[in-house]
Amino acid sequence: MSELLGLTVAEAAARIGAGEVGAQEYFDAWREAAAGDELNAYLWRAEDGAGEAEGALAGIPVAVKDIFCTEGVPTTAGSRILEGYEPPYTSTAVRRLREAGGAVLGKTNMDEFAMGSSNENSAYGPVLNPWDRGRVPGGSSGGSAAAVAGGLAPCALGTDTGGSIRQPAALCGIVGLKPTYGSISRYGMIAFASSLDQCGPLTRSVTDAALLLRALQGRDSCDSTSVGIEGGVEAPSRGDLSGLRFAVPSELAHDAVDPGVREVFEATLATIERLGGEIGEAPLPHAEHGISAYYVIAPAEASSNLARYDGVRYGMRVDGSRDLVEMYEATRAEGFGDEVKRRIMLGTYALSSGYYEAYYGQAQKVRTKIAEDFAAAFDGFDFVVTPTSPSVAFGLGEKTDDPLAMYMNDFFTVPMSLAGIPAISIPAGTAEPAGGGPRLPVGFQIAAPAFAEQKLLEASYALEQAIGFDAKPGGEDG
Amino acid sequence: MAGELSGILEHVDRIAGLELEGVPPTSHVVELENVLRADVPRPSWPREKILEPAPDPVDGAFRVPSPQAEA
Repeated sequence: MSELLGLTVAEAAARIGAGEVGAQEYFDAWREAAAGDELNAYLWRAEDGAGEAEGALAGIPVAVKDIFCTEGVPTTAGSRILEGYEPPYTSTAVRRLREAGGAVLGKTNMDEFAMGSSNENSAYGPVLNPWDRGRVPGGSSGGSAAAVAGGLAPCALGTDTGGSIRQPAALCGIVGLKPTYGSISRYGMIAFASSLDQCGPLTRSVTDAALLLRALQGRDSCDSTSVGIEGGVEAPSRGDLSGLRFAVPSELAHDAVDPGVREVFEATLATIERLGGEIGEAPLPHAEHGISAYYVIAPAEASSNLARYDGVRYGMRVDGSRDLVEMYEATRAEGFGDEVKRRIMLGTYALSSGYYEAYYGQAQKVRTKIAEDFAAAFDGFDFVVTPTSPSVAFGLGEKTDDPLAMYMNDFFTVPMSLAGIPAISIPAGTAEPAGGGPRLPVGFQIAAPAFAEQKLLEASYALEQAIGFDAKPGGEDG
Repeated sequence: MAGELSGILEHVDRIAGLELEGVPPTSHVVELENVLRADVPRPSWPREKILEPAPDPVDGAFRVPSPQAEA
């Protein structure tokens, strides 16, 4: 049984497709593993089912972030306001997984409406990091990351609005890919900030990420912002990085990064050079304003998107109100958690008459400048690289009283989201956390121009092979 | 929460000082033009299915408290 769980997604799909392993047998092995969830990674687990014996994802069970509508399966987005909600339809991403032979293994825990960087904003309790259960897995796709890292799923789906795939992947020591905005349909993916939200895979290897992306990507008539790409990505095979140029942002030397994370980052740069890649510096002068712009734009869009949760058409309603407005207020007051309320208030404030230009208008211009900075960097370089997160996984409760400190976790991931470009986090090593303790994984982020996923995956694959990251979570309290 | 919001706005205010006169705003990274799809009739969602997750469906509609408070 454990031999089956050790296979990569690519290996398992090939063996199931060839009839050497049964889809049911493989699904049941993972169902049993998922049943042992002690990390609060899952909000719902399939009791039966199995994938098909054919297709690119033949027989592959997938842990799906609870933000993807799945017909007949509870879908809460980590919120009390959607407790018990069973959508009448299925998201395109989940439909595509199934069409490729995959099956939903369970729905994973997440920060409420994907708002958070630690998974502590879930209405259903925090997810624990499999490397050290006293620490957060990152967020908002924390359940998906913990499930894959903790051996509770072979692969997972997440969403990334400002780093919600890459940051938890980094903190849990796995691969997380945010594709170019528009690569994967957002239909049936519960909206947070529509101009930024993007679905992507969390996997144990770059090859597996490519396999999932290939199954998921493509134009969908139900999402007018989805973009069709001819052919789709192939499994990466590159062994070196010769001729490829990697830019380190010039400003990185001054940015707040934990010493252990910086050490792993610099060692990875040396590995890139050893593989024949060139390292240089490129200015990204507006990237430091990414967090400011993001925390105007994302809440502004969220305040509009979340207006739909009013106790009328789905989700919970607080009864006993005297009139309609009182019902709306009581339902939203009880149904939403603090972070969601905080962002709705920020968003409506930023969009209000008299402040619109100063906040929302200015943030949209910063967004343009950030995209221009990247475009200029890609004139001379193939990739921009940074640490994925400024620190390793932090302790549960460590940052919950300081929203701004929490937001800073996304310092390196937000600029790519604002620019709409693809970026991946791959595990690059381990570092001792500030204050001591067992070593924890460190992620290395690589960003590429829009729709350069194949090139991004090739370079990530070559680097992954050279790094040979093989550290594993200890399990019992780290 | 008021103190937290002020702290966040203070941070956000850092972009207020940037000289961005004449920079076009970006609302969306995918450049799209409005298009009309063919006007082909297709079935709508069944009413019962859409009403099923509602807190208080009645007679094929969503029931809500009165918009006006009772005296």
